[in-house]
Amino acid sequence: MTQQNMALAQLEPGEEAIIEFKDVNKWYGDFHVLKNIDFSIKKGERIVVCGPSGSGKSTMTRCINRLEEHQKGQILVDGIEMNDNLKNIEAIRKDVGMVFQHFNLFPHLTILENLTLAPIWVRKTPKKEAEEMAMHYLERVKIANQALKYPGQLSGGQQQRVAIARGLCMKPRIMLFDEPTSALDPEMIKEVLDVMIQLADEGMTMVCVTHEMGFAKTVADRVVFMDAGEIVEANTPHEFFDNPQHDRTQLFLSQILNH
Amino acid sequence: MAIEFKPSPSLPPPSNAVGAVAWIRKNFFSSPLNIFLTIFSLYILYLLVPPTIEWAFIDATWTGENKDACTAGGACWAFIVAYFDQFMYGLYPQSEYWRINLAAIMLAVLIGMFAIKSINKLFLSIVILVIYPVVAYFLFAGGIFGLEVVETSLWGGLFLTTLLGVVGIVASLPLGVVLALGRRSNMPIVKSVCVVFIETVRAVPLITILFMASVMIPLFLPDGLNFNKLLRVLIGITLFSAAYMAEVIRGGLQAIPKGQYEAADAMGLTYWQSMLLVILPQALKLVIPGIVNTFIGLFKDTTLVYIVGMFDLLGRIQSATHDGDWLGTTTEGYAFAGLIYWAICFGMSRYSMAVERKLDTGHKRN
Repeated sequence: MTQQNMALAQLEPGEEAIIEFKDVNKWYGDFHVLKNIDFSIKKGERIVVCGPSGSGKSTMTRCINRLEEHQKGQILVDGIEMNDNLKNIEAIRKDVGMVFQHFNLFPHLTILENLTLAPIWVRKTPKKEAEEMAMHYLERVKIANQALKYPGQLSGGQQQRVAIARGLCMKPRIMLFDEPTSALDPEMIKEVLDVMIQLADEGMTMVCVTHEMGFAKTVADRVVFMDAGEIVEANTPHEFFDNPQHDRTQLFLSQILNH
Repeated sequence: MAIEFKPSPSLPPPSNAVGAVAWIRKNFFSSPLNIFLTIFSLYILYLLVPPTIEWAFIDATWTGENKDACTAGGACWAFIVAYFDQFMYGLYPQSEYWRINLAAIMLAVLIGMFAIKSINKLFLSIVILVIYPVVAYFLFAGGIFGLEVVETSLWGGLFLTTLLGVVGIVASLPLGVVLALGRRSNMPIVKSVCVVFIETVRAVPLITILFMASVMIPLFLPDGLNFNKLLRVLIGITLFSAAYMAEVIRGGLQAIPKGQYEAADAMGLTYWQSMLLVILPQALKLVIPGIVNTFIGLFKDTTLVYIVGMFDLLGRIQSATHDGDWLGTTTEGYAFAGLIYWAICFGMSRYSMAVERKLDTGHKRN
């Protein structure tokens, strides 16, 4: 990383970080999948992570709620360190919503039950209140009329909007998106991105792994480019797209933008 | 101006593809081989069905004091009629039959109440799994409220078969779930205990386990500390089926996509919450055919208790065929036993298919 980019990966003095990676390393067996990740995200920031497949971008994101364990370094989320302490992990997971590439809705529960499950069992919200909140979020993702259907009866785009609403029902402080539009038909990508843009406008802290560069341009505060387990470059969308510093970034951008 | 797109209307299929005649032609007479197989099957049915009907109904004898009454040349159902009570209740005192009947009716009514929408299913399940067994036990064994004590050695017939089957089924399912989860656990000790238990019990024939339960265990227990043989046999059957059940359920757990576990973890559910609310409901539904397979196997395996001197339905029938008055009625006895076992197992199979249909929520995966 160049000096200038290094500075952009860190925070200005006085800014409070909500997610901090300190020299994080991770291996799958012998394979070194994350190398010296040093990166901070401040509250309300919208981060888009991009990079070729196998670059470690999903893995890095999944370390934030410890779906993946790191072996070296430190990850602090909201000031709490992610380690083997189950209490810490459960505390963080309450406050971090996640949206997956393949939606991962629970097929045996109705849409409404999918949304109320975590509030009822994790937050101990009374059922009626949880249902009202669920309907509120379903209306926000414009899908309230499907509340009593099962996930298998909905289209991919609808399912992903439900998944976002499910994450929001826990009133998270951070939302993670792991390639949320990669499994969708082209006609459905927009409806999901619209919901995400709306969310970004409301000031949610977002970390989004995506190949939707249009989304990155309009929404992101910073774009992070990863390759081979490292953060190659992190910059504002304007700088990132118009003035990429690193030749690897230039190559990546030329490949995804020029066709 | 752009041309408006109007989808063409859907049409019904051509008439030669629907209707009874088309169906028969397609399924029975589609090719020379198919025509041959159809005629051949009809011939086999012609050879088998009329003589069976003649034996079982037309030439059968339904009443009589002993075998000599059966002179018509067909089945001697008089034997079954004469011994019917013993086949159903074993040596349970005749004046107390009502206790077994009452328990059976109570169970049927309780299970039937699941069909009523307004009833709390969790409450009903607790009643059936916790309160009912206690009530049923005291009804069967007696000893309180002035009920005459009936030793378990007198329990027998279809009553004993059903008791072994139902208790085995109800106890082995949760135990199997625990063993399956244990085998997939990250904790090395829990995992090894479950693997060793499953692999040991599966590698031993049920007869050995029943022998151990009825003969060996009392030898090792100190004098005075002895518990009921029926209970020991029940534990043996339950542990045996639980080992099989565990592997069936493990298959289901492995079939659940990793994303389901991750989604449950990511929303902060604890291990037990995610298993009970997310993973197991899906995994168990997926392996209903395997679970019912194990249930049916267990139900038929209960006949092996004959070996350790307990007289279930088959045991009672077998000993009745040795009765001097009814010699030569083995065929009728086994036909009757076969019919009852078939009816119960077929019932379980149909019921499980209904449950599968009911739990189907459209497309399985996402």
